Amino acid sequence: MADRPRTLVEKIWDDHVVASEPGAPAILAIDLHLVHEVTSPQAFTGLRARGLKVRKPGQTVATADHSIPTLDPSIPIADELAAKQLRQIEENCREFGIPFHGKGSPNRGIVHVIGPELGLTQPGMTIVCGDSHTATHGAFGALAFGIGTSEIEMVLATQTLLQRKPKTFQVRIDGRLRPGVGAKDIILALIARIGIGGGTGHVIEYTGDAIRALSMEERMTVCNMSIEGGARAGLIAPDETTFAYLKGRRFAPRGEAWDAAVARWRALPSDEGATYDRTIVIDGDALEPMVTYGTNPGMGVPISGRIPSPAELEPGARDDLGRALAYMGLEPGASIAGRKLDVVFIGSCTNGRIEDMRAAASILRGRHVADGLRVLVVPGSQQVKKQAESEGLHEVFKAAGAEWRESGCSMCIAMNGDQLEPGQYGISTSNRNFEGRQGKGGRTFLASPLTAAASAVAGVVTDPRTLPGVASLPTVARSSAVEAN
Amino acid sequence: MPEPFVKTTSRVIAIPRANIDTDQICPARFLKITDKAGLADALFFDWRFTPDGQRRQPPSFIDEPRNAGRQILLVGDNFGAGSSREHAPWALRAWGVRAIFSTSFADIFRGNSLKNALLPIVVSPERHASLTALLAANPDGEWTVDLEAQKVTLPGGDSFDFEIDPFARTMILPGTDEVGYVLSRLPAIEAWEAAHPARVDTREGAATR
Repeated sequence: MADRPRTLVEKIWDDHVVASEPGAPAILAIDLHLVHEVTSPQAFTGLRARGLKVRKPGQTVATADHSIPTLDPSIPIADELAAKQLRQIEENCREFGIPFHGKGSPNRGIVHVIGPELGLTQPGMTIVCGDSHTATHGAFGALAFGIGTSEIEMVLATQTLLQRKPKTFQVRIDGRLRPGVGAKDIILALIARIGIGGGTGHVIEYTGDAIRALSMEERMTVCNMSIEGGARAGLIAPDETTFAYLKGRRFAPRGEAWDAAVARWRALPSDEGATYDRTIVIDGDALEPMVTYGTNPGMGVPISGRIPSPAELEPGARDDLGRALAYMGLEPGASIAGRKLDVVFIGSCTNGRIEDMRAAASILRGRHVADGLRVLVVPGSQQVKKQAESEGLHEVFKAAGAEWRESGCSMCIAMNGDQLEPGQYGISTSNRNFEGRQGKGGRTFLASPLTAAASAVAGVVTDPRTLPGVASLPTVARSSAVEAN
Repeated sequence: MPEPFVKTTSRVIAIPRANIDTDQICPARFLKITDKAGLADALFFDWRFTPDGQRRQPPSFIDEPRNAGRQILLVGDNFGAGSSREHAPWALRAWGVRAIFSTSFADIFRGNSLKNALLPIVVSPERHASLTALLAANPDGEWTVDLEAQKVTLPGGDSFDFEIDPFARTMILPGTDEVGYVLSRLPAIEAWEAAHPARVDTREGAATR
């Protein structure tokens, strides 16, 4: 087996197979288990019913992100169910000895933001979490995927999972992104092309020059939405950008251990001649800012484009589009730019990191949001919040008329009180535009932080490249991410 | 602990939509529970009720009076897309659903369903079209899904075989618990762990967090 060229995914897989019996899925060892308040309570209940302990509390870490309010933390939580859930995660972690970054912790935040910023997420690892956006951690060359609550219980009890080996899907993005086009546009363009079931059964490996040029935070944005293309995981081979991001972070190896780890990580990229079950190539130079018009993330178009008409589609897809446009209240054939907005949401595990905050601020600095528009800026973690405030970005947002909040999932999943009202239109840097996702009856346009911020100024869906007074836009946000601690 | 499941015979509910995501199956605001209570009522909630809480007219698929008690769904492609919430299969099971026919299922939903003895049965587009036509012609006919024989029997006696993950089948039939299965392989896990020191210790410096 060692002679055969292997992909990154195969190498990580082979490294973690504990047992493989004929006919049965492999027992796969898990290096890091991330836990949050919404999908874990029933797993802890199951553990208690069996009389089991958490097998590896030191390979487990928990936080509160989904149902936690983003208001001033001194305000009591009005939602009794959310409050109970938040008490329960704290109690479960205390009982089972799991480190918990809860309310008041400077390290609290969206689970997929804090793993990387603490240096817990490292190349070559297997990482799981009861959340489908766990693929985010694939940006470091880790095999990271979302699991259900039964699987959470399995990992808590055994630090392993029963898994069948996934197929591999290479997505190569060639060329160089043009100004105003970013990581979010890459992933929305990919999903528009392959559809939301296009990656089912596969793990995506993103390759190509346009991917190599991305910062770690941008790579996380791309990998984050792999699930929106149906792929349970998506990853990117580690390189110097990866190592530079990790070095010095709290849980990253130090000294000799660092050198040994980097040597190990350098052997991870797919071998020359390794083959994938499937490959597609996208021309990065040709990409434009993307916006979705429909009710799944695959319903996206370049911002200069038009909303498709059902008649243009295959018969099987017509009903889907017809229903989506009826829900969205949009006319087939109309341009996507210029659609009226009520709310702008900048945040989430997709686009809630410091570079996203900087990108939004670069547009909002010295400008004001449109009259009557509600603009919510929600940092992905308390560390992102602190960093943004140290750079004065919160003052930029507040001066522009936006709300600046505590960290959390917020309006991405609308469990914590931050939500669209029925019929409202929102442009959102999050990951899902499903019916009701951001509030019952709410209508979502997904876009990048640049596009969302430009749209906040104009009050309608706006191409950031056309906003008056914007002379140039960042291509790759090369500035350093949240400082290591 | 799981209960054995061998087969079910039931009338069928058609939901002819593709890409039904888990936010439709169980909207996120129902995920604030810390147990599994009340999930039957959450199933397809926003399809069934208007934003001000009125039952929609005509009633949504599962609320049609003649569909009461039916345990089998025939749905469009890529069922269960999106979030990893196991609340989706829990809600389906709580409603009474035991088997779902589609041309494909989203990966995480499929896995979660099998762990709850809810059978995701993949059929070819041609088979799906013929089942849809059959159901339209005979909306009250009973289908039998036999997991042991891996066979579906249709009204009139026609039948066909179906594929399902063989391991999941051997777990579901007697109601075997997967955690117990893995724990019975503990020596293999211990041997792996001895050869592979943990990459991180999340408890390091925990006192200062």
